[in-house]
Amino acid sequence: MELVSQHAKKIMEGCKERARDAGLRFQDQSLEYIVTNRDFLQLSPKNMIPTLYDYWVQDVEVLKEQGQYELYPNNPYETVINTRPAISFYNDNNPDWLNVMIFYHVIGHIDFFQNNLFFANTWNYDFAGKALADKRIIAKLRSEKGRWVDYIIEFARSIDNLVGYFDLLSSLSENGKKLTMTDYYFDVFLQEKEKKSIAAYVTEIEHYNKLLREFPKDGEERFVEYVKKKHAEFESLFERAAKEQNKGGKRDLLQFLMENSKFLGREENKWMLTVIEVVRATSLYFQPQIRTKILNEGWASYWHDNLFLRDDRIRGHEVDYAVINAKVTSMPRVGLNPYALGMRLFSFLEDQAEKGKMTFDYRRISDHHERKLYNENTDRGKEFIFSVRENFCDSMFINAFIDQEFVDMHRLFVVDRRLNKERMTWEYYVRSRKAEQYKAMVADSLYHPPSITVTIDDDNALVINHVFEGKPLYRDYIEGALMGIEFLWGGKACLYTSEPEPVKKDPNQTDKEEQPPREIKWRRIRYTMKDKKMTRVQV
Amino acid sequence: MKNRLRALYHSLKEQGLSPEQDRMIRHELDLLDLDDEHRCIIRPSTRSLYAYNDPEMLHSASPPHLLALNSVQSLDYLLERDKQREKDGFPRKIRIGKMVKPSQDGDDKVVIVPTTVEEKLLHDQVRVNEEGEGGGDGQGGQGGAGEGEEGEVIGEQPVRPEPGQGQGGAGQGDGGGHDVESNAYDLGRILTEQFELPNLKDKGKKRSLTKYTYDLTDKNRGFGQILDKKATLRRIIQTNIALQRIKGQGTVDSRKLLISPKDKVYRILSKEKDYESQAVVFFVRDYSGSMGGKPTELVVNQHVLIYSWLIYQYKNQVITRFILHDTEAKEVDNFQTYYNSSVAGGTQVSSAYALVNKIVEDETLERDNNIYVFHGTDGDDWDTKGEKAIPELKKMLAYASRVGITIAENGYGISGQTEVEKYIRRSGLLEEKQALLRLDVISKDTTESRLIKGIRELIS
Repeated sequence: MELVSQHAKKIMEGCKERARDAGLRFQDQSLEYIVTNRDFLQLSPKNMIPTLYDYWVQDVEVLKEQGQYELYPNNPYETVINTRPAISFYNDNNPDWLNVMIFYHVIGHIDFFQNNLFFANTWNYDFAGKALADKRIIAKLRSEKGRWVDYIIEFARSIDNLVGYFDLLSSLSENGKKLTMTDYYFDVFLQEKEKKSIAAYVTEIEHYNKLLREFPKDGEERFVEYVKKKHAEFESLFERAAKEQNKGGKRDLLQFLMENSKFLGREENKWMLTVIEVVRATSLYFQPQIRTKILNEGWASYWHDNLFLRDDRIRGHEVDYAVINAKVTSMPRVGLNPYALGMRLFSFLEDQAEKGKMTFDYRRISDHHERKLYNENTDRGKEFIFSVRENFCDSMFINAFIDQEFVDMHRLFVVDRRLNKERMTWEYYVRSRKAEQYKAMVADSLYHPPSITVTIDDDNALVINHVFEGKPLYRDYIEGALMGIEFLWGGKACLYTSEPEPVKKDPNQTDKEEQPPREIKWRRIRYTMKDKKMTRVQV
Repeated sequence: MKNRLRALYHSLKEQGLSPEQDRMIRHELDLLDLDDEHRCIIRPSTRSLYAYNDPEMLHSASPPHLLALNSVQSLDYLLERDKQREKDGFPRKIRIGKMVKPSQDGDDKVVIVPTTVEEKLLHDQVRVNEEGEGGGDGQGGQGGAGEGEEGEVIGEQPVRPEPGQGQGGAGQGDGGGHDVESNAYDLGRILTEQFELPNLKDKGKKRSLTKYTYDLTDKNRGFGQILDKKATLRRIIQTNIALQRIKGQGTVDSRKLLISPKDKVYRILSKEKDYESQAVVFFVRDYSGSMGGKPTELVVNQHVLIYSWLIYQYKNQVITRFILHDTEAKEVDNFQTYYNSSVAGGTQVSSAYALVNKIVEDETLERDNNIYVFHGTDGDDWDTKGEKAIPELKKMLAYASRVGITIAENGYGISGQTEVEKYIRRSGLLEEKQALLRLDVISKDTTESRLIKGIRELIS
């Protein structure tokens, strides 16, 4: 790996200026490296972080099973990494105009990394530097403990998708704010425990406001007294909730193990905590990236398209550019291209906001023609998409903004397949052109690790409760993961999860017959791992 | 061919078939129909959201498609670790993956690479029916864009993999052989050493396994049988350069060169050790219609492993013969073709056994060789009672050192109820000739380690 030439660097500095003028905000310094294919091979298992710790799995071809991405989406091969300064990678034979295009794309990513709130946990340090320190620690431990370091890395990595990323984010924004009784009453108690109607909720708020108005000094206390009187159980419920909150990180399995495992607490095993923390921190660092794939790529594509065409230095390469750009940002006939989808959404939103269509007034209009002509000339399109880039992640982005207008505009649809028995083929057909279905389909393909809670039962066994969200766990991997958990916990580990009832096939029925869709019956299963033996029972 | 098969089907039907057997045969006939008339519109290529990445999109570079072969640590080192893992009480993690490396001219190569998976708790798709397809159940689906009414078909994909797509597809076998051979010996060593497959017992063959031939291969200076003119001239020039009779520039006058007696290089007769092959292995594979997909993959995978193990055991001195069969059997010349040939017609196991017997007889192979026969099938046979297959099998057992039959169930029927399994068990040959005949039944979702265990079963 070597730095790009001074010539290329100068061009890139020019790009930065133009990007700043367009409104993007990012740190001054950046590093650009020329990489060869060999470098790529070494970097890609390390998520392009050159200083990431070594681990033997990086040397093995990780099995690329079919459907790997559905099961195990990851962030490989980014061309720019979120470090301070940001590092990006280039081929050595790129012509200047291509470097300009790529660099605009890279600037889009850097701007996104440094402004999107979901990356807040990566803002205060340079990951490349931290990773280097971690790599050295692990190398040192490996020289002392040998292969056991790799076992710990393996077991920690087997649950590194269960880190409490959102707990971390909320701890950053809340600054350790304590839960007050009023907050609990309105945010949790009334909505979840009492299940009050909206009218009743509003009445309570009015009562609260009235007390505050009448007794500016102790209105709050009076209100709390009133609540306590009205609901006898309120106080104990609140105390329990406050306790829960203080514990924090209950959903972070790695952290839970580090704090509560007696095995890891032993003097001779203390070094394992260091290794686990390295794995945990690395995983947390990558969490925002995978949750913002569509936004991030869409944002970068939006800007490379915008800035490149405006750049006076690359006149004459419009056609070359168009060829590459079309490949990057065209919607495939079947499939989901995050670059294309994200870019279209940003352009769509900019246009909508520009015309003032993000308003209630617009939504009330049902006349198609009127909707089309609606234009308030707000001049707030850019402002709006900049706020989206700051505040949204993929799932919010998709759920908030994909509507029928967008789906119709780009003629999007949901593809499904069905068996054609005569031809013995899977037919791919247009299942739906409804925005709701399209949205659901995109949402379904987003990265979503299982949500869990962790407790210890009377038997001193670790109990992991997989919160049911309509999806089972991938069964083949449960044993391997549980074995690691058992080792780190130093005793019995249980996992509760839900699995669909297997559909028994009628032996007389011929295969692959079209069957009417059926209700899936779910049942709760307990997996228990004890002494490296796994048992599975229905509960 | 279709008519011939239909005729066969009718004659079988007259002899009486159970409804189950009838259905099985008709199923295979149906599959056959498709091959002739069937052409797909297009197969849409589908990619997931997270499969897109910057280097591929922007640099138009290929890194994501590179195999990490050159960064792989030595296989031995990795396997040593893996063995250590087992000693430490954790299950093995390295799988000996066989990758089909697609090449541009279409002849895919088999490359052996260590692979592994990182096991995590991950969400799975809801698999409603056995095949795990989300067909029409109102969930999942993929994104798409462009023309098309709701309900309109925009592409299709054959249920069975088409030739050339992925594993087990047809391809030209030429030039691909080398990769298999050179890796197979290594794989055999790994299987023997790391997975503790047994070593072959020395059969105490009467004949010597080596013989000497005399050939003019050694060289001698000064005297010998035949003058090696080229080598001699080379030496003369060397001598003359040393004597400075040949200089850098100008032409060389050959008449003025000095010739020392030692410059003359002769070839002399010498004794050469010539290894004779010790074993002939027949790999027999059912490639009938019902074998499509998983069964083929399993059988072929197992045969790759057995082949590798034998190559190691016999220090490369193995002759292998490859036989494919549906209702008729044919011999193919290399592993590549054997591996890649795509499925066809119906099933008659006896045809393959008969061909093996015929080859052995015609070439009198049994006199000098250990003969191994490995047969992989999904267990369907139109000859439902084994009336033809069993006599051929008995004949085979008379000379073979080992016959190993693998039944990879295709999942259409009931497990443990395939025709081949039934008639072999019924014949009592498994007990009678226990030392010679082995049967291994595997289901269609069998793992690598189960395959290796199966091999132990077949060969120990």
